[in-house]
Amino acid sequence: MLDLINVSYDTQIPNNVGLSSDKRVLKALEKWHPGYINWWNDLIPENFQKSLVYLRTAVSVDPKGWAKFDYVKMPEYRWGVLLAPQVEGRTIPCGEHAGEPAWQEVPGEYRNMLKRLIVIQGDTEPASVEQQRSLALTAPSLYDMRNLFQVNVEEGRHLWAMVYLLHKYFGRDGREEADDLLRRSSGSEEAPRMLGAFNEETPDWLSFFMFTYFTDRDGKMQLESLAQSGFDPLSRTCRFMLTEEAHHMFVGETGVGRIIERTCQVMKENGIEDPYEIDRIRSLGVIDLPTIQKKLNLHYTLSLDLFGQEVSTNAANAFNAGIKGRYMESRIDDDHKLQDATYEVTTIEDGQIKRIAAPALTAINMRLRDDYTRDAAGGIKRWNKIIEKAGVQFELKLPHEGFNRKIGVFANQLIDPEGNFVTGAEYDAKVNDWLPTHADGDFIQSLMKPVYEPGQYAGWIAPPKVGIDNKPGDFEYVKLHMA
Amino acid sequence: MNKPIKQHLIDPEICIRCYTCEMTCPIGAIEHNDDNVVVDADKCNFCMDCIPVCPTGSIDEWRVVLEPYSLEEQYEWMELPEQEELEVDGGAGEDGIEALDEAMAALLAEAHAGTGGKPRAPATAAKPTVNLYNLGKPAEATVRGNYRLTAEDSDSDVRHIVLDFGGQPMPVLEGQSIGIIPPGEDAEGKPHLPRLYSISSPRDGERPGYNNVALTVKREEKGVCSNYVCDLKTGDKVKVTGPFGATFLLPSDPEAHLMMICTGTGSAPFRAFTMRRQREHPNLEDSLTLVFGARRPEELPYFGPLKKVPESFMKKHYAFSRQEGAPKHYVQDKLREEADEVLRLMQEPKGHIYICGLKAMEDGVNEALADIARGAGLDWDAIRDEMRQDGRYHVETY
Repeated sequence: MLDLINVSYDTQIPNNVGLSSDKRVLKALEKWHPGYINWWNDLIPENFQKSLVYLRTAVSVDPKGWAKFDYVKMPEYRWGVLLAPQVEGRTIPCGEHAGEPAWQEVPGEYRNMLKRLIVIQGDTEPASVEQQRSLALTAPSLYDMRNLFQVNVEEGRHLWAMVYLLHKYFGRDGREEADDLLRRSSGSEEAPRMLGAFNEETPDWLSFFMFTYFTDRDGKMQLESLAQSGFDPLSRTCRFMLTEEAHHMFVGETGVGRIIERTCQVMKENGIEDPYEIDRIRSLGVIDLPTIQKKLNLHYTLSLDLFGQEVSTNAANAFNAGIKGRYMESRIDDDHKLQDATYEVTTIEDGQIKRIAAPALTAINMRLRDDYTRDAAGGIKRWNKIIEKAGVQFELKLPHEGFNRKIGVFANQLIDPEGNFVTGAEYDAKVNDWLPTHADGDFIQSLMKPVYEPGQYAGWIAPPKVGIDNKPGDFEYVKLHMA
Repeated sequence: MNKPIKQHLIDPEICIRCYTCEMTCPIGAIEHNDDNVVVDADKCNFCMDCIPVCPTGSIDEWRVVLEPYSLEEQYEWMELPEQEELEVDGGAGEDGIEALDEAMAALLAEAHAGTGGKPRAPATAAKPTVNLYNLGKPAEATVRGNYRLTAEDSDSDVRHIVLDFGGQPMPVLEGQSIGIIPPGEDAEGKPHLPRLYSISSPRDGERPGYNNVALTVKREEKGVCSNYVCDLKTGDKVKVTGPFGATFLLPSDPEAHLMMICTGTGSAPFRAFTMRRQREHPNLEDSLTLVFGARRPEELPYFGPLKKVPESFMKKHYAFSRQEGAPKHYVQDKLREEADEVLRLMQEPKGHIYICGLKAMEDGVNEALADIARGAGLDWDAIRDEMRQDGRYHVETY
């Protein structure tokens, strides 16, 4: 009998989808595999490839035993195809087919829509690994380096997950799309990644933590809505990916939190009360809170753009088709069809920002973005608690959703972080207080010196409160290969 | 007065509100508002499904309480309250909870009673997982081997049993126990309760990297479970609960010096300790001392393999009480012979003393330790209390 809980290692590709008896797909994946390994090997600097990293590998989709921690050389990481167990009698949760049995095969009429969603999701996974490729060279500790690599290998596994769907359900054009996922490359002139935010380099660790907090959280919201898909294999894939994605949220939230904690600590030790004494604070080797706010403004607003237009017929179609649901669809108490429902979307009318009722179906993106903002706000509250606890007078805030936007109704509007329209002159006068400058980037870069001693941390970041897998403080999370 | 209960809680300072636990909980016992993620004490049945999926470890928190914290209280928390001081039978040492089900907790409390107070885990011990499996939801292990450890002509039948857990996680630490549920029913027609056995293999498996666990079990005349276990054949399936135990653990600090005093199957945890040390720090010297008592060498479990452990890695003192042509020796006699070493470990912050075996050995060992202390003008009771407080004195007897 096919074991759908435990991962089979009888093929080169660990899986719980019975690959060994699905020769066609197995062959296609085995053909794709070397290209993937090449991509990985070209990406990560060689001495890290040879290092032993304390990683968790998913070995089961049973919540009790899903992960196993051990030292692994990254190129030998067991990337696999893992789907959450099939739920007996699952039905399509939303749209015009709501209540019908979930699709186990691709419904012909939605084939292209479905493929596009999978390709877009798939494209972001390797992109972020590409964006973060140089960070290990400046890791503030072995603990952080390990977390970076964990995020990286899991993004790699998420690529595998999407590629499996393409090979299994989309035949020849699926295979071509899978190849293209390795052909495109973040920041490339000829073949860039599909979404803008994924073509920017992640130049430093504060950016990395902000990225995992804000941008990976968009990924989480997208996965949450794809986990509600009526196409059951996609739903099951995404449900399992979410368990891994939670770790990425953890890296982001605690990373930024630890930087804030360290800054506050150093301020207190040196009797600095005013968080805006930026030069003095920086001279002590920590990142001042106003700069952290600017980074936050940037990453939050870039991530809002990933949700697309507030009012979107594409989103309406995907929902109506039952291909993509809403965040926590199954816990929303309505008819899940939204034929007559409305939802308030932001818009600009007579030079004022307003929320007006729009058909809920077309407002799916807006709703997801609102859910995202609510989710993202929670961490800000907890960062502020760190500041408060240290006795520093400063409060981090999410900027207004209209600030610094490139997509949607706010695209290229001059709006300040409080949500007021400003003139070009006013904007120019203040923009350096709102968004990170090149000089800010230079300063942060100047702090990026690697710390490779077990249990030691760079001076601008506090150690974590608890170790990974309950490991003690001086645990050697990465056994570096010394060439 | 209400009976104290164990409550599952989430540490709001560590939790990142990813809600993975909430999605995983099969019975909807976890919920959240804009502030915190909380566990409903009326619903949570300790199934533990939420523990491994948590990316932060904040989910693995337990308190013994007279009145469970309500959801409203938990929503208000900025940080987790400390464990309140309660006089609890068979429950919380200050280092947390040895077992969630009462029967197992009572057994362990009884086994650790010889410590003379609330036992505490060594400061550098890894955090144990407890109660991943219980009577209602046991794990199923497959017997991979059953070997007799005592000589064929001995009337003592001690066995080395290897259990494999396949895809089911069994995150044990050296010094922890698992419960074996013997099949069948007791005289009152109720299913048998699990019997506790200390594991004798290290955390990464009897065979490194394998999900298996070894036990050291002595056949007891009329023992329901010991006869069942000792008769197991390769391939048999066994129902297992646990892991249990949160204090009788190995310090992670390689500089910790351990004196391990045992008789018979009491050697099980010390085999695990030794193997863990050998795998992790094979080049350590002079940091382990074993004082091992048996009737004859032929009845000393693991006598063969023990001989292969170099003296520089572990000093071994055997006490044989029925060896032909030799005077009777008990572990307490060996302790007196090694008084200097024992004294040193009593007083050194990195010295640890562990005792494991039959209840009957406790008094003799305790007297010997008291004599040794007295000989140096010290008060053993005071030293013992201090060592226990520091997680340096551990007793597990049955």
